[in-house]
Amino acid sequence: MRPPLRKTLRALAVLLFWLLIWQLAAVLAGQELLLPSPPQVARRLLLLAGEGEFWLTLGRSILRVLAGIVSAVLLGIVLALLTHRSAALRALLSPLMTLVKSTPVASFIILALVWLGRDVVPLFIAALMVLPVVWANVSAGLDGIDPQLLELARVYRLPRGRVLRRITLPSVLPHLRAALCSALGLGWKAGVAAEVLTVPARSIGKRIYEAKVYLETTELFAWTAAVVLLSLVIEGLLLRLVKGLGKGENGHA
Amino acid sequence: MLELREVFLRLGDKQVLRGCGLRLSAGERIALMGPSGCGKTTLLRVALGLQAPDSGEARCSFRRIGAVFQEPRLLGWCTAEENINLVLSDKAETMRDAAFWLDALELGEVRTLYPDELSGGMQQRLSIARALALRPELLVMDEPFKAMDEALVLRVRQTVERSLSAAALLLVTHSEEEAQALGCRILRFKDGRFE
Repeated sequence: MRPPLRKTLRALAVLLFWLLIWQLAAVLAGQELLLPSPPQVARRLLLLAGEGEFWLTLGRSILRVLAGIVSAVLLGIVLALLTHRSAALRALLSPLMTLVKSTPVASFIILALVWLGRDVVPLFIAALMVLPVVWANVSAGLDGIDPQLLELARVYRLPRGRVLRRITLPSVLPHLRAALCSALGLGWKAGVAAEVLTVPARSIGKRIYEAKVYLETTELFAWTAAVVLLSLVIEGLLLRLVKGLGKGENGHA
Repeated sequence: MLELREVFLRLGDKQVLRGCGLRLSAGERIALMGPSGCGKTTLLRVALGLQAPDSGEARCSFRRIGAVFQEPRLLGWCTAEENINLVLSDKAETMRDAAFWLDALELGEVRTLYPDELSGGMQQRLSIARALALRPELLVMDEPFKAMDEALVLRVRQTVERSLSAAALLLVTHSEEEAQALGCRILRFKDGRFE
């Protein structure tokens, strides 16, 4: 059996195992209100997927959270470039980033709700979760550029653009890739959590909140399943994109 | 022209250079010889503008400078060919130049390989090929033939010798034979100054 096929079969077996455990727990609970079974959740998810509103809601949430993640990635790169140049700026920014990383996300959501409109909070929260990770990793990449290669560039009087393309980017891209791997899931989950607490119009968070209020446990599970599936799809797509970007300069790591 | 005047340099607790002077004109070839740790490499770094002296002057009017350091300093994510193209302009003919210099240094068959797929000697030859491909006005080499067997050293030295033409050469070596084979005037260096 080929290794990738074996890997897929093993993953399916693991998934099946946990679905069976879930089914067993649902049978033991005996009430859909307490714990719906996997087929009940799947049926509800299929029903939801038949509604146009479902896809609009997903689209709005994805755009909102992705906007936050993309802004944080761009800002994180710019800040890392600035702090790489200025030790004073790094000393100022470093504790702020540590503070952001260690503060509970719920505190930020409540604070942001006071400062910002409810539509903007999920975007802001997703950005806030991603920013320190991107900043720290890109900074590590910039710090890790081999000084001997920079000396080589100086002696050979290489133009700045070529130094950026051939030395700086290949040194930083693996770190940016690692940052995105850990930050994407974080940003997406924090963004949806912010939606649940701020309930902006047409959002996954609002639908999860309403399901909780009206004790629609099956719907709550269906929306949660949609969030998990989306998270996997978005993460897969973005990581493939970033890997593609990296290959041009750093295909041989 | 490369000119060093009364160069003093202290690194940490050690006074590495103590009033060194050197003048190297176009076409001139000089070999610095001396015991390990006497400051030869530091003097090269000052000459290349990588290290500012505490006092004294270092001036270089050569525009194209090729350097072969003790370590090959190759880009690990670029192929052998791309490592040479790094120092050439981004034009189509650079590909032909890179191929020419790879062949000249007996690296034609590994042009698409990455540095970590090459032996230490191959990496060093690639570093020499990169420096020569620039067609430098000044070539600075710091123990360039390390990690090569004797027969290969002879062939590579001949290639360097033929390729230098009117370029100036500043060489650090422990081998008098190597210095003479490259037509260098030998300057002995000890404890941070010329003897």
